[in-house]
Amino acid sequence: MNFAHQRAIVRLAVLLVPTFAALLAAFAFGPYPLSVPEALAALWAGPSADGDAATVVWELRLPRIAAGFLVGMALAAAGATYQGMFRNPLVSPDILGVSAGAGLGAVLAIYLGLPLVAVQGAAFCGGLLAVGAVYFVAGRVRRHDPVLVLVLTGVAVGTLFSAGISLVKVLADPSMQLPSITFWLLGGLNAIAPSDLALAAPLIAIGLVPMLLLRWRINLLSLSDEEAAALGVNVRYLRLVLIASATLMTAAAVSIAGIVGWIGLVVPHAARLLVGPEFSRLLPAALLLGGGFLVAADTLARSATDIEMPLGILTALVGAPVFLWLLARTGRTG
Amino acid sequence: MNAPEISLQARALAIGYRHHTVGEAIDLTLAGGEVLCLLGPNGGGKTTLFRTLLGILPPLSGTVQVAGRPLADWSRQALATHLAYVPQSHAGLFAFTVEEVALMGRTARMARFATPSARDRDIVRACLARLGIGHLAERIYTEISGGERQLALIARALAQEASILILDEPTASLDFGNQLRVLKEIDALKAQGLSILMSTHQPEHALRVADRIALLKAGRIVAQGPRTLATVQTLAELYGADAAEVARSLPQLAAGA
Repeated sequence: MNFAHQRAIVRLAVLLVPTFAALLAAFAFGPYPLSVPEALAALWAGPSADGDAATVVWELRLPRIAAGFLVGMALAAAGATYQGMFRNPLVSPDILGVSAGAGLGAVLAIYLGLPLVAVQGAAFCGGLLAVGAVYFVAGRVRRHDPVLVLVLTGVAVGTLFSAGISLVKVLADPSMQLPSITFWLLGGLNAIAPSDLALAAPLIAIGLVPMLLLRWRINLLSLSDEEAAALGVNVRYLRLVLIASATLMTAAAVSIAGIVGWIGLVVPHAARLLVGPEFSRLLPAALLLGGGFLVAADTLARSATDIEMPLGILTALVGAPVFLWLLARTGRTG
Repeated sequence: MNAPEISLQARALAIGYRHHTVGEAIDLTLAGGEVLCLLGPNGGGKTTLFRTLLGILPPLSGTVQVAGRPLADWSRQALATHLAYVPQSHAGLFAFTVEEVALMGRTARMARFATPSARDRDIVRACLARLGIGHLAERIYTEISGGERQLALIARALAQEASILILDEPTASLDFGNQLRVLKEIDALKAQGLSILMSTHQPEHALRVADRIALLKAGRIVAQGPRTLATVQTLAELYGADAAEVARSLPQLAAGA
């Protein structure tokens, strides 16, 4: 009946394979290596089974893998939404200043010695403040291409919030707070506890709901505002709802994993190459790819070398070249 | 299709932005089932007028009525089931298929959280076929020619099942063959009872498809009336061109005069 649709479903099904492979590898690799059957057996036996394998799999790896998958999904979905909504394939939570805003909120909360709930709340407020400032300023500026203004404003606001982060770092106690702030800013899942998950998962789920419900209408935001409005969409309302959702997801992810860059930019692109830009297919592909990619990167971060590498460094190593390649590619065709 | 007597009416309309009036005293009537062509030089306020008629830009003063109801009384979604807009052929951003682009025209007919149904797809296929681009359904919109993209955008507007179409320079940037194709489709749509308001920079296209012509210059409708309104004299005045040159470019006008 519909060739593009069928092909996309097949590709989504195929995408499940590397995703599961990444998950299995994540359970097996690490400082305490297990074979895949051992890991599966330990999972099957349940959290209360005896032995080191059960402890490693259930208490160390499972929360971390779940958090990695969740954070990857959240950043990729937010990125896919921002890109469609702002009609620019080169925007992402990082570029719009959301990550820096959420980062400043969280760093401030750490500096003040607040509990994790407050760190998350501050991250969300910071992210919302950043995107709100970007949206407000960009809305005042006329006579320029609105999307360009939005992205440039995002860069400026992001820089401002990054300066705030640097200031907090200068003020922080160099022996107690600074190392944790620095490591957290580089992004990482090494400090994940099940309680973090319990806080972040519902927020990410709440952010996902409008994206799922509005999955067809989001497509129309990639047209000009005039066209979308003439097709019957309330552009301003739709955009506000989606900005709030994507920001909530980004902030929740940042608050448990720090600033893990590039996922929100690169994963939606890869997903679009696989299943096309139609959001009801793009969203599941971005969720699977984002989750799988982050889990794979985290597995590499904790098992490739003796010391644990910050996750943000690995995602940047993959993300930055891909971004440059995209830039060259869009320049040629566009 | 039962078009109401008057599809679209602007009365004493002033258009523009908060600190910048683009046009005023605009009276424009589009009757059911007619083609009204808007002619005028660049910067005459055509884009601003269209934005106002579509309800995207609020009027500075005056009223716009669609199917007898003031524009302000329509919700976006309800308006889109009566009034469809065909922008100038654009490149597009993401690699949607032609069918997906045309399916976006069904949005106003769908529930808020719905995705296109099999019926929506059938309607879209029929609209694409009607414009002779059924074979392009699975092609990528950003990769087809400008003329094909224009036809795809018209198909999207048809999928809206609106009774009024506003077309912004539908023949601009098309090659000769595609211009003729688009003009033929406009004739066919009129024959099916749609009311059409279109702008064009080519007076011969207006002469070919229009029932009536309106001349827009410096934000005012300087004249509107039947096709015979377009004479060598009025066009020369409208565009600030030399009458002899106009007569040379449009020999059919010179012969009629």
